[in-house]
Amino acid sequence: MKDMSIISGAVHHDRIHDSAAKHVSGSADYTDDIAMPEGTLHAYLGVSQVAHARLLGLDLAAVRRAPGVVGVLTAADIPGINDISPTGLNDEPVFPTDKIQFHGQPLFAVVAETRDAARRAAALARVDCEALPCALDPVAARAAGYPYVTAPLKLARGDVAPALAAAPHRITARMRIGGQDHMYLEGHIAFAIPGEDDDVVVHCSTQHPSEAQHMVAHVLGVPSNAVTVNVRRMGGGFGGKESQMNLFCAVAAIAAKKWNRAVKIRPDRDQDMTATGKRHDFVVDYDIGFDEAGRIHAVDASFAARCGFSADLSGPVTDRALFHADNAYFYPNVRLESHPMKTNTVSNTAFRGFGGPQGVIVAERMIEEIAFATGQDPLDVRKANFYGQDGRDVTPYHQQVEDNILDRLVGELETGADYRARRKAIIADNANSPVLKRGIALTPVKFGISFTATWYNQAGALVHVYNDGSVHLNHGGTEMGQGLNTKVAQVVADAFQIDFERIKITRTTTEKVPNTSATAASSGSDLNGMAALNAVEQIKARLVAFAARKWEVEPDAVEFLPNEVRIGDVVLSFDAFIRQAYMARVQLSAAGFYKTPKIHWDRQKGCGRPFYYFAYGAACSEVTIDTLTGEYRVDRTDILHDVGRSLNPALDKGQVEGAFVQGMGWLTTEELWWDAEGRLRTHAPSTYKIPLASDRPRIFNVNLADWSENRELTIKRSKAVGEPPFMLGVSVFEALSMAVASVADYRVCPRLDAPATPERVLMAVSRLQAGT
Amino acid sequence: MTLRSEIRFVLNGRDVALADVGADRTLLDFLRLDRRLTGTKEGCAEGDCGACTVLVGRLTQGRLVHAPVNACIRFLASVDGCHVVTVEHLAGRDGQLHPVQQALVDHHGTQCGFCTPGFVMSLYALWMEVPEPSEAQVETALQGNLCRCTGYSPIIRAAIAISRYGSPAADPINRERDDITARLKALHDGCRVVTGPTDNQSILPADTDDLAECLVENPGATIVAGATDVGLWVTKLLRPIGPAIFTGHLDELKTVTVAGDTLTIGAGASYTECQDQLIRHFPHLAAYWDRIAGWQVRNMGTVGGNIANGSPIGDTPPVLIALGAEITLRRGAARRMLPLESFFIEYGKQDRAPGEFVEQIGIPLPRPGQRDAAYKISKRRDEDISSVAAGISVTVTNDRITACRIAFGGMAGTPKRAKAAEAALLSQPWSGAAFAAAAEALRQDFTPLSDWRASADYRMLAAGNLLRRFFLEHDAAETAPAQLARA
Repeated sequence: MKDMSIISGAVHHDRIHDSAAKHVSGSADYTDDIAMPEGTLHAYLGVSQVAHARLLGLDLAAVRRAPGVVGVLTAADIPGINDISPTGLNDEPVFPTDKIQFHGQPLFAVVAETRDAARRAAALARVDCEALPCALDPVAARAAGYPYVTAPLKLARGDVAPALAAAPHRITARMRIGGQDHMYLEGHIAFAIPGEDDDVVVHCSTQHPSEAQHMVAHVLGVPSNAVTVNVRRMGGGFGGKESQMNLFCAVAAIAAKKWNRAVKIRPDRDQDMTATGKRHDFVVDYDIGFDEAGRIHAVDASFAARCGFSADLSGPVTDRALFHADNAYFYPNVRLESHPMKTNTVSNTAFRGFGGPQGVIVAERMIEEIAFATGQDPLDVRKANFYGQDGRDVTPYHQQVEDNILDRLVGELETGADYRARRKAIIADNANSPVLKRGIALTPVKFGISFTATWYNQAGALVHVYNDGSVHLNHGGTEMGQGLNTKVAQVVADAFQIDFERIKITRTTTEKVPNTSATAASSGSDLNGMAALNAVEQIKARLVAFAARKWEVEPDAVEFLPNEVRIGDVVLSFDAFIRQAYMARVQLSAAGFYKTPKIHWDRQKGCGRPFYYFAYGAACSEVTIDTLTGEYRVDRTDILHDVGRSLNPALDKGQVEGAFVQGMGWLTTEELWWDAEGRLRTHAPSTYKIPLASDRPRIFNVNLADWSENRELTIKRSKAVGEPPFMLGVSVFEALSMAVASVADYRVCPRLDAPATPERVLMAVSRLQAGT
Repeated sequence: MTLRSEIRFVLNGRDVALADVGADRTLLDFLRLDRRLTGTKEGCAEGDCGACTVLVGRLTQGRLVHAPVNACIRFLASVDGCHVVTVEHLAGRDGQLHPVQQALVDHHGTQCGFCTPGFVMSLYALWMEVPEPSEAQVETALQGNLCRCTGYSPIIRAAIAISRYGSPAADPINRERDDITARLKALHDGCRVVTGPTDNQSILPADTDDLAECLVENPGATIVAGATDVGLWVTKLLRPIGPAIFTGHLDELKTVTVAGDTLTIGAGASYTECQDQLIRHFPHLAAYWDRIAGWQVRNMGTVGGNIANGSPIGDTPPVLIALGAEITLRRGAARRMLPLESFFIEYGKQDRAPGEFVEQIGIPLPRPGQRDAAYKISKRRDEDISSVAAGISVTVTNDRITACRIAFGGMAGTPKRAKAAEAALLSQPWSGAAFAAAAEALRQDFTPLSDWRASADYRMLAAGNLLRRFFLEHDAAETAPAQLARA
């Protein structure tokens, strides 16, 4: 029996993903599933086989002669500007003209009648080039005097050098942090259909349709209004489709206009993984001063990142690493520097957390160092350094932490997970278990919400109410599985007080909402939910004015009830009311807009309020390692995570669970491995190992902090959820570290590098056992 | 020999007959491009992500058995005589979701949805076999399915709840079972099938003798059993494989028998098909077998193929060598047997003459006092290629080691016996010291390589430690666990 007193799909209630039934029946269309017009052609990229070289010439005769080939595209075929750098630095050509800068770099595209023919032909190119020495990682790049790909950032507060010198204890060390491939199940794909005049429509799988639109216009040399980019859904994004789709959109569009036929481009998994960017690897040098109680006095750290051959998003990514190098901890004196190094590797890009995780894990490493050095439970060291009151609430970027809930949240998790007793039992059990050793760790996360590029914090939406009372919803966000469309539709359903089913969710298109920001930085529902709400409020205001006029009541006597509207004593169904409004010529369509208030950021000074608010969470993980092989198992994880007042607890929990496992994968089995020639050898799921069902914690308790409410006026007081829980995976890494440390009686910090593969675990065990 | 030039099978409910099916045509491309059955996705084209999972049903001794397989590396020609079931076949005509689908929806088991059809098909296959599975059974069934969004928990919860949504008896496949069985029986005409363009020919021999004949006629042909390796030659390396001789349909090559003191596995038996009998006689292989690839690949890949392709990191050779396995090679009517370890000459080179094929593998049954172990180390526990694999077989008589065979994979250019380590153990008293000495001796046996799976140092250290583990696990005085259980 349907409950008539509440609409279906109300906010703050569980609601199944709007596409779930289509997902399970195979009827949800992804870009590669769209029916192709007659005569569709297929493009494929030809890529370099060297990491760094002077490009002397391309001999594509054999490619052109290959069966099914229609033609090739090189830099010379680009009608507009040969550049797709998302930040306008003009450092990322579609196809290079004089220099090869990484192994696997796209050099040309071949266009053929079938994808198979294009793929086979692409391998026939002869590249004339003169090899140059290459630097593959940030350490080698610095040693070779390579430049930064973008301006570095420095955050500073207090007086670091004297504070370090005066601290009772001081530790200096280095941590290497691996990158991560997105391994979205649906790879990159773009499908361009030429139109009249300059027009082209591109269906693709991007998180940033507006940028793809602008890039296509840029490379075609046409105004943006000639280009339409459509995204119905992505088969996963995770940041990997924020800027990286630009290349494929550009190639498809250029080819479509050149041959006046629809053109699809879909790299295979190997090319997807070698030719598109990943999470940045970092090498971090830290110098910490602290006292016997474990309180931090000063931190001096430098973050060198493998950015790849171009800037792409490395500027904001390395910035965010610094923004999160404090994680949840107050550093009285601090200096943090980024070194966004150019390397002869694929240009690294956005990935869930956007540099934040690399900052957080360093903060947790420093805590761990202090705990081992002072012989304390790391949780006590964490608590001793949490942001607090009394001047202990200012971040290295001079933003005050006003909404800290970690004391309560961590306290609840500590009790709920029975952390202290379990840690004690584990230490006792380890003494009697020669081969298998266990570890446990409880780690927090504090994550800043907002794009640090302040202008990105805007969004638009378009809402139509048709005269039968059905609603068409469009907004600038993209659906990549996170349930954004469901959440925004819930917001609209709630505002109109109509059933969720009355709202049609539509594909994202640059035709309906212009100048959108990437669906990134966890901002999707914060921004687009507010923009949609703004559109609904505009329509509602007109409806209320109309009703007040027509029925001669005060505006506050007009009330939107579940699927009904009460006007004084009159009650009409929503549909009947809308019909009347239409007949009275009320405008039933509105474009909504939102921009995040309060935020500002002066990058030169390293000072401001880059974040509207913070999201918090904590995880407690227990692991067992095999000290003979380094293999391990996650025995149990308990999570308590803050999403404010959740718009949809079921979807938010799904984000938390999924992010945790992805974060755990980053720090355990997901290893990117380049050979000496700069060839990525872990370039497909056969060699690059993301977690499987059997890798998830054996016991996995995930809860939302249901008492939390955003202090700021966000959409329904909810908080962003996409990225923050990714960093809960750090608890697994720290637990592994404790298990390793057990072989030397917890006196030595094992200093595991990430990812902690079985190999790294065994080698650390071996190192600690040997006492070196 | 009667020839047929068409591939015939049943796709969902429809009979399909295709002429001119080239050897390298994949089932996935056929489904997506020719039939526009776009529910089946390409995620990796190498059999590792499971987004392309479909069911292939074949008649096994008259019974129709469906198994999930990877359509991306399954060749179209190899589904001759089979029932192919895609995700589109599950929902009712009225659009009502299948129990597997509804359970996934209700448990929030989908996020981006791209991997979902593959999960649906794997869980569907599991549910038909085990309607109320344990969590461990679900995990084993999902070893070949990657999801990057959910973290898997909602999918597992859905899998366990499926039976609350309906019973396998009312399932579409079960309702059609008799009809499909009859239609498949009618397709089995005992012909040799030859189809496809001359430079890309697909050949499906009528039976094993015909296979021998086909190979004599085409000594350069590619033998395709499960295609879990050859499939990648096509999808990844774009290598021509024609003419290809397919063997996956040959029941005779799939027999598993015990005669005297030997268990004999037909070279065409998939990992799944030989699993029960193998583990009955060699229980130490149970956990190991579950770590070979994922379910889909275990349903396709064969022990014979794992041997014949000569990989230094195949999962089965080290454990079979340790057990003293012998293989039978056949060319025409001529057969020869050789110890498995002798088959591997050097990296990329095996003792197989043109026109010859691996027909069967014989494994001596364990003798009294024989202690066996099979160990695999990989970066990720499941569905990963080993960095080190070990088969260890030690016979202890009166507390003294009277026989031992130790073989490793991942330590050299071929699967190889550790002769120095064996020598260090032989005639020694059963003791930790003997195994420590054997671990040291491995340095004489092997000079492993460093690559993306593991460094040479790690391989050497871990290999030695596996010998230590073997001692700890088999020594009566040791009680603490010496390796991680799945739990």
